Amino acid sequence: MNLTLSPEHQTFADEVRAFARENLSPATREKTFSGKHYDKDDHIVWQKALGKKGWLAYTWPKKYGGPGWDVTQRFLFENVLAEEGAPRILPFGPKMVGPVIYTFGTEEQKERFLPGIRSSDVSWCQGYSEPGAGSDLANLRTRAVREGDHYIVNGQKTWTSFAHWGDWIFCLVRTNPDAKPQEGISFLLIDMKSPGVTVRPIIMTDGAHHVNDVFLDNVKVPVENLIGKENEGWTCAKFLLANERLGIAEVPSSKRGVSMLRQIARIEPQDGGTLADDPAFTAQIADIDLQVQALEMSELRVLSTMAQGGAPGPEVSTLKVRGSEIQQRIAELTMEAVGEYAQPYQPGMLFHDTNETPIGPDHAPPAAPRYFNMRKTSIYGGSTEIQKNIVSKMVLGL
Amino acid sequence: MDLSLSDEQKQLQESAERFAREKYTFENRRKIVATERGWLPENWAQFAELGWLGMAFSEEDGGYGGGPIETMIVMEQFGKGLVLEPFLPTVVLGGGMIARAGSAAQKAALLAPMIEGKKQFAFAWLERQSRYNLADVSLKATKEGSGWSLSGHKGVVYNAASADEIIVLARTAGSVREPKGLTLFVVDAKAKGLSRRDYPTQDALRASELTFDKVSVGADAVLGKVDDAFPVVEEAVDRAIVALCAEATGCMDAINAATLEYIKTRKQFGVPIGKFQVLQHRMVDCFTNAQEARSMTLMASLKIDDKDPTVRAKAASGAKVQIGKSGKFCGQSAVQMHGGMGVTDEMAVSHYFKRLTMIDLMFGNQQHHLTRYSNLAMAA
Repeated sequence: MNLTLSPEHQTFADEVRAFARENLSPATREKTFSGKHYDKDDHIVWQKALGKKGWLAYTWPKKYGGPGWDVTQRFLFENVLAEEGAPRILPFGPKMVGPVIYTFGTEEQKERFLPGIRSSDVSWCQGYSEPGAGSDLANLRTRAVREGDHYIVNGQKTWTSFAHWGDWIFCLVRTNPDAKPQEGISFLLIDMKSPGVTVRPIIMTDGAHHVNDVFLDNVKVPVENLIGKENEGWTCAKFLLANERLGIAEVPSSKRGVSMLRQIARIEPQDGGTLADDPAFTAQIADIDLQVQALEMSELRVLSTMAQGGAPGPEVSTLKVRGSEIQQRIAELTMEAVGEYAQPYQPGMLFHDTNETPIGPDHAPPAAPRYFNMRKTSIYGGSTEIQKNIVSKMVLGL
Repeated sequence: MDLSLSDEQKQLQESAERFAREKYTFENRRKIVATERGWLPENWAQFAELGWLGMAFSEEDGGYGGGPIETMIVMEQFGKGLVLEPFLPTVVLGGGMIARAGSAAQKAALLAPMIEGKKQFAFAWLERQSRYNLADVSLKATKEGSGWSLSGHKGVVYNAASADEIIVLARTAGSVREPKGLTLFVVDAKAKGLSRRDYPTQDALRASELTFDKVSVGADAVLGKVDDAFPVVEEAVDRAIVALCAEATGCMDAINAATLEYIKTRKQFGVPIGKFQVLQHRMVDCFTNAQEARSMTLMASLKIDDKDPTVRAKAASGAKVQIGKSGKFCGQSAVQMHGGMGVTDEMAVSHYFKRLTMIDLMFGNQQHHLTRYSNLAMAA
């Protein structure tokens, strides 16, 4: 047992860093470090570069076109990319539906869908939540009725991130309304260009448009788009959620957040010096820094178990809970570091390319919006309350 | 000891409550936010008519003889409605400093029309480097004939775009961060050499960056004594803090009420989510936090007139610490219990949450006031 990198792993990290420096657009990188929102191209151009290199689906086994990396390589890959200011890989294709398809899909489905995910030629979004099915996901009502070789789908999905960019949506739909809630659900892939699919933006508290309502009105979906067996979609759903909870802790971006926060503290003026001279403030940074380290080590322990062939267990819920709290705390401290100058609302500095100079310091415009926006992290992907229910039931047996 | 409101105060509370309820529905507020000023002149005229603009001033100053309790009552209701009219910069800060330090001529020229609703103010104290230190002032006022010339920068000046006069904290002597050597000037908002960059704030108020390029003012523009403005400013800011605390208690009541209603009606797993004990306890903690906030605000409102500046400062800082803590707890909890709805622009909770967050950042956050309180308490 040790924490030191082998020379091979060190070489690997160098290779990833060189790749990022060569392929990540400077404009995209600048957005990361200035807290601007990415547009679709920032994500897609970068993901296509990764795809070309064979690195986009980096958690996949070789058999399905992934690089077949070990746990250490994945860890290094994620960390180096975060340090280099790369946008996170949108998880819906490579981390969510991809593994579902290669685990539960037919050979035809694998051939049809996996290449577009690996190359980022096809963008995906996730049709899970509904107005009446949030924490209680199994309560979903979107109905799919079989008619010949098609399903006719009717219903509404909500909180659908990047549905406005999506080519395809993977949906949980109810195929048997008479069965127990979890037993009548199927996992269906729907082309967003199908007639009857409508996307309505939901504007978040920071003014951003990331999530949407998706209305499905008599949408005709070929039966060959069903993944797994009819009425057994809940198995796919749970498999996907367990994977989602692992990456959702966002440790690499939190590490970057801590180092950016220290940088801000070094330039924010206070009483003739800087905020870095204020032990009451720097101690709070140290505290969150240590929490990030604890989370990272806990995540590595889970990954290490997986490397021995184990599956991520329900304890990954604790990583999601702590990961979201940590992201929120970093955003909160960053806003507090900015102080009074966190008050001006500067959407132009957040969403557009602009030559305007910001009001206050360069790091001021995203500070408060990010704090508001990060409240979502303890709500999405299974709220903190739900994760704690899972741990108390599945891990502690309460 | 008596902590109950008088009949007149109860009437004031009722009329302020009615104003917020009727004029500041969520949809109305949205429309007001979208106007050019960001507040409504007709509402301001109503404040004057109802006597709110003069209620906290003495009768010899042309007011109606009330005080901090009246301000607390009105600000609390403003918090419930997320009212946008610039009461704090104009009446509490501007009016407060003129009443405390102004000459008879200044009171006649500024305070009397303010009480009638005909003048508005902004208070320019902050600079880029100031953070929460009121004495960290580098904008310079230099003697120019019988008057003064002002040059420098001021930031996050609330209501500057609507104000008739800007009250500017400038350095006339001493070095930056020295409390001695500061002077207040009343500057015409349209003065030559004064330029503005206007913007909305996170919570939909209006503020500006101001640049002073050799702005000339007469000797009569000095408010109070030359070089000796710091005690006036410190007191005015303490009073503004207590008023903000009252606004925050109103925000907390509103956000708690909205959350309680939501968890009683939103169903998951076949029951209202308020049936789950984990949410029940969190909701109870929200109410406890709002109670503590109300208590500290009331205490500070009762102590803010104390002649001993230390008593006053400790009360204001103590209340601000509590408001920071409780506001954060209630705001974050409300968003969490609303789930995804809580982070959308469509729900009132996210707007209360933003206001509570900005109140914490104004005039010193929780940490700043904890340190200030601690230093004052240790020195005693």
